Amino acid sequence: MSIETALATYDNRQAFADELAELARTDERIVAVCNDSVGSSNLNAFRDEFPDRLINVGIAEQDMVGVGAGLAASGLIPFVCGAAPFLTGRSLEQVKADVAYSQHPVILCGMSPGFAYGELGPTHHSVEDLSWLRPLPGLDIVVPADRRQTRQAVRAAVAEPRPTFIRVGRTKVPDVTVEGDELVRGRFNVAREGSDVTLIGTGTTVSVCLAAAEQLAADGTSVRVLNAASITPFDTESVVAAAGETCAIVTVEEANVAGGLGAAVAGVVVTLPRSHRVPMRILGLTDFAPTGSAAFLMEHFGLTPADVARAARDAVADA
Amino acid sequence: MDMHLLTSDITTVDQWRARRTETAGADAERRVGLLQDRAKEIRRDLITMIGAAKQGHVGGDLSVTDILTVLYHHVLRIDPANPTAAVRDRFILSKGHCAAAFYATLASAGYIPHAALESFMKPLSELSGHPNRTKVPGVETNTGPLGHGLPVAVGEAIAARLKGTDERVFVALGDGEMQEGSNWEALMLAGHRKLANLTVVIDRNRLQQGARTEDTNALDPLDEKLAAFGLEVRVIDGHDIAALIEAFGPSTTGKPVGVIANTIKGKGVSFIEDRVEWHHKVPSAEQVAQAMEELA
Repeated sequence: MSIETALATYDNRQAFADELAELARTDERIVAVCNDSVGSSNLNAFRDEFPDRLINVGIAEQDMVGVGAGLAASGLIPFVCGAAPFLTGRSLEQVKADVAYSQHPVILCGMSPGFAYGELGPTHHSVEDLSWLRPLPGLDIVVPADRRQTRQAVRAAVAEPRPTFIRVGRTKVPDVTVEGDELVRGRFNVAREGSDVTLIGTGTTVSVCLAAAEQLAADGTSVRVLNAASITPFDTESVVAAAGETCAIVTVEEANVAGGLGAAVAGVVVTLPRSHRVPMRILGLTDFAPTGSAAFLMEHFGLTPADVARAARDAVADA
Repeated sequence: MDMHLLTSDITTVDQWRARRTETAGADAERRVGLLQDRAKEIRRDLITMIGAAKQGHVGGDLSVTDILTVLYHHVLRIDPANPTAAVRDRFILSKGHCAAAFYATLASAGYIPHAALESFMKPLSELSGHPNRTKVPGVETNTGPLGHGLPVAVGEAIAARLKGTDERVFVALGDGEMQEGSNWEALMLAGHRKLANLTVVIDRNRLQQGARTEDTNALDPLDEKLAAFGLEVRVIDGHDIAALIEAFGPSTTGKPVGVIANTIKGKGVSFIEDRVEWHHKVPSAEQVAQAMEELA
């Protein structure tokens, strides 16, 4: 499967908007806050149905997150929606002080993360968000892999509101989860069982890992694929199991590798006894991206199924 | 996260209730006198705290004390025994570095035990150098980095509207803090949405950490700026108790209220007043003693 096929089918923003509107019909606490991003957050229908509950603060991200904290402090459930690079980068201190440290249950919805705005350039890429947010105690980070998990993430946020960042993908992805394969706080989903090597993806890269697994299976390699939908709390247990039960681990993220998924996995693996300290490969970015579409940039940074399969073979060879 | 929360002191809450009733029922002159007494106690407490901790922001603490006193002892509809009541007026100290004045005020209303003030800035104390709502009842949101309180207050004012309650939201900012862009984002939204339930109080002591505000990045004409952003502006002497009471009354124009409280940094202690070095200078034992004499 090519990178174009792996990145196809569904835009998670639609599942997000549909679920939010559905829940808002029966729960008056739900409000949406945005920074002039009604359209790009797919909130047009929400605004039309609940005009008073869509709070558009204009192009003012610091204010947007602070206002969200005030709404949450007053008993409402604010879904604060903005393009992920600005929601996280521009308002990082508000996310730290007003949301995470203050423990106001704001649901930060980082729309169109990763390379979704490919051709618009690095100012519009959100490839640092996981690295910036992971050090914040008390902030859940959820990266739904498909539309099903996106809906589940919205439902979970309403069922038990707590400070949360949801990375809502715009780059189209196929369905990778099935009925019974629920989004669970603090757990990775097993997208494929296997015993030779483990591939760990998050969001858009789960389908890339599954495609790589198909290629490796053709050589007779048994591949486990984990869907790291819960980045915080982190699923240390699944990483320990992967290190004990398979002989190498490859992580794949549409993000900078400094402080992201791969760093989190490596942080677990290096603390294990020598017998479990398996070889790793950490795939992601290390530089600002050149001009190109999301698919082009995935190829440019070596994040295609073929690249992942190659990295897996390399890592297994080191074991 | 460690979320240990101090608990309210019911005896003090009862005393606070009785004093509030007395203040509300008193004639204007006596009301001012009663509130001045409260302010003096708070000033004495914060000087003691900073002297003991050998840290703090004494200048700004003393300039904001009368504002805090009038709010907590006369204006805010609150219950210190039930600090998270579903319907309550809300106050945010955006200038979170003036935590000593805030803690002393909260203790004077019984939100926290008075004895807890002794732990100010000591290791593992709930009373950090900047307020933390997960440890200190009565703190609505964590502040410290400047320019954070006003956007949160705007969110609370919008929420009260959506919920259909008559809650009022007050936020106190330092004047130097008005150099932060996030405040102007929030003011623009408050004016646009005509949040009449919001009162923005600026502690206009004209000094920031390193110099006078007007020599650093001038704020004047601050009244015109607030008016241009859609606020009903009230310019007062921020140490005049009667003027503070009046300024904290409801909006008369359907706009958010902006109170420019002209204050003196270090108010009440002669050698601290209006001196830039006292932003966070710490009084010696002798200076604490002298301050106590002046505040007797």
